[in-house]
Amino acid sequence: MESALLIHRLQFAFTVTYHYLFPQLTMGLAPLIVILKTLALRTKDETYDKAARFWAKIFGINFAIGVVTGIPMEFQFGTNWSHFSRFAGGVIGQTLAMEGCFAFFLESTFLGLFLYGEKRLSKSMHWFAAFMVFVGSWASGYFIVATDAWMQNPVGYYKAADGSLQLASFWALVLNPWAWLQYTHTMSGAVITGAFVMAAVGAFYLLGNRHVEQARIFVRVGVIVGLIFAVLQLFPTGDWAGKMVAQKQPVTLAAMEALFDTQNGAPLVIIGQPDMAARKIDNPILVPKMLSFLTYRRWNAQVKGLNEVPERDWPQNIPLLYFSYHIMVGLGTLFIAVMGIAALLLWRQKLYQARWLLWLLMLMFPLPYLANTAGWMTAEMGRQPWLVYGLMRTEEGFSKMVSAGNGWFTFLGFAGMYSLLSVLFLFLVRREIEHGPEPVNVPELPKSGRLNPVEVR
Amino acid sequence: MSTIWFMIVAVMVAIYVLLDGFDIGAGAVHLIIARNDTERRTILRAIGPVWDGNEVWLLAAGGTLYFAFPLLYASSFSGFYLPLIIVLWLLMLRGIGIEFRSHIHDSLWTSFFDVIFSIASILLAIFFGAALGNVVRGVPLNADGYFFEPLWTNFRAGTNNGILDWYTVIMGVVALVTLVVHGSLYVATKTEGDLNTRARRVAFALWPVEILLTVVSLAATLLVRPGILTNFSKWPIGYLIPVVVVGSLVYLLIALRQKNDKGAFLASCGYIVGMLVGAAFALYPMVLPASTDPNLSLTIYNTAAGAHGLSVGFVWWTLGMVLAFTYFVFIYRMFRGKVQVEEGEGSHGY
Repeated sequence: MESALLIHRLQFAFTVTYHYLFPQLTMGLAPLIVILKTLALRTKDETYDKAARFWAKIFGINFAIGVVTGIPMEFQFGTNWSHFSRFAGGVIGQTLAMEGCFAFFLESTFLGLFLYGEKRLSKSMHWFAAFMVFVGSWASGYFIVATDAWMQNPVGYYKAADGSLQLASFWALVLNPWAWLQYTHTMSGAVITGAFVMAAVGAFYLLGNRHVEQARIFVRVGVIVGLIFAVLQLFPTGDWAGKMVAQKQPVTLAAMEALFDTQNGAPLVIIGQPDMAARKIDNPILVPKMLSFLTYRRWNAQVKGLNEVPERDWPQNIPLLYFSYHIMVGLGTLFIAVMGIAALLLWRQKLYQARWLLWLLMLMFPLPYLANTAGWMTAEMGRQPWLVYGLMRTEEGFSKMVSAGNGWFTFLGFAGMYSLLSVLFLFLVRREIEHGPEPVNVPELPKSGRLNPVEVR
Repeated sequence: MSTIWFMIVAVMVAIYVLLDGFDIGAGAVHLIIARNDTERRTILRAIGPVWDGNEVWLLAAGGTLYFAFPLLYASSFSGFYLPLIIVLWLLMLRGIGIEFRSHIHDSLWTSFFDVIFSIASILLAIFFGAALGNVVRGVPLNADGYFFEPLWTNFRAGTNNGILDWYTVIMGVVALVTLVVHGSLYVATKTEGDLNTRARRVAFALWPVEILLTVVSLAATLLVRPGILTNFSKWPIGYLIPVVVVGSLVYLLIALRQKNDKGAFLASCGYIVGMLVGAAFALYPMVLPASTDPNLSLTIYNTAAGAHGLSVGFVWWTLGMVLAFTYFVFIYRMFRGKVQVEEGEGSHGY
């Protein structure tokens, strides 16, 4: 049984982590494309339209992989976590089904219009299609985050006679305070990915002295949006998320910080490796009393340590949780610093000449992906050993009828399939970036539009 | 309330089969009816702007099943673990086959994705048919309402079930032929010239096969589940279903002879809806019969979610469907009419 549980966890962790590499960029790029389309409408400058068209292509490739890797997520609730689905489906089935009904239809329809309908739509209608793609992808994000938030902080349910949970209050489920806080933090993280990627592509072109007009737009939009959301990621959204964890899951907070004993005036650990056997942190660098202050706004507030609860209720992998959390926070701080300097130089009109910073912007684009992944790992490993916090343990939720052997068969199949997808994805995106946006100031010939080739009469 | 949700899920599944059915069918035949790159791209363009939206119906139906009948979702998805995961892989392959084929104009690249797209579509049709066959035949449920089926056991439709046995394989073939006809007719409505003629010829040739298989599948079903017709005598309105099925098949031939592609496509829709509604009607109120002990069967009563959830869901579901239909009408009007591919066009899109 133990190994079957392990493989089900491994498969879900692998497929969901891989999947989220794609939606975080589409959710992040969607508002940026709307910004480009808005600039195009306002200034009547074709350059912005061409910029939007270039990003729509990257968006399209990402979206396709996001869709095909997203379908397994909904299926796996049933295939791999059937006892959980039976237990909680009466509640979280709501948010998952709503995602299908409200977000997916909207998203897929307007994406079709946006990608293939530019010639058939007026400029403002095409802007509207882009805007609705943004709305759809962000709505989709909300329903998924609300589902996860319910597992973190179950609300609005009652226990039925057969032991399963059923919906008691729709609004409590949809307006779960945890959902709102986690949503703002998640979406802000996605915009950071979008902004860094846009800035990185712009910096890449500027360093190679290609597509200079467009590249400056990419860098400018990427840096401004990136700075705004990097700040929002820390404050207030990150701050909210931290306080929520402290309030609802004090054990999780203690594990994230590797705080073994309850302390008044607890320090914040900057560097150090948790030693689970000796229950201490090796070579620590600490900021005294900072954790108490950040959590409760009082320097001497008491922060609960892991010693408050029995070991069986601790998250199972505290070192990995601790590092996920610290990597997320560390990278978040770095983002503010880099984007802050870039914005300063942009304001002083020195950014496009500052080659060292363009190099940095170009090389940094993988980091927001890491930070977002680390953030989700913090949330999900922090919830352990619970599947539904306080109500169902992870080892109770998997499909008991599906053996470890069948689990390995499908896990390895997914691994192979996703390797193929990765190769295709990198190959196609590299081609798009190599090709670049349409040149500026060259009159566009009819039917040369690369983006809207579906000529339908 | 659970009866309403039973009908809703059945209708959503039927819509999924109608919509994604034609692009699966088009994928299954496109190597046969499309002879060159331009023709293949024409087929891809006919389904390009809509296939993703069509597939959303699968997700929406799955999500609705999840929240309305959590136990059914949990039991069937874990019991059909292997075929469902394989279906996921096929859906992935098909998706990238459609989306990535025309990114590069190179005959090695495009023919690779053509074959992927084709094989994935054919296998999907067979697996979906076999899945329906499993639901009708029944599965070895235990006392907790769970089961697990390997891909095959002894190919008998007894109690030691595998996903594939003689009965479900027949249903897989029925599904394949039905969707090939459906997809060919869709291609016919969207194209002109040689492609249009060839698509119609495929439908014409398969028409008698479709009739034969309908009879065979009915006979096989009666053999596997002798009591399957009781609902028809209980509610005689059910006899409308075979009328619709036969009527659609007859009209299909008439429309084909008149070269009325739209009419023929609609007839195929009528046939598919008739067959699926017939299956749902015959099963009701069962949703997953037990092949082991009839008393262990899952019904709408022992799998439905709580009453409050179901009524709240009905409100937002109605709203969501109104919106979804609006989008669908909009996009199908937007991309209505015949599809054409111009030579020498840019390398993007289909």
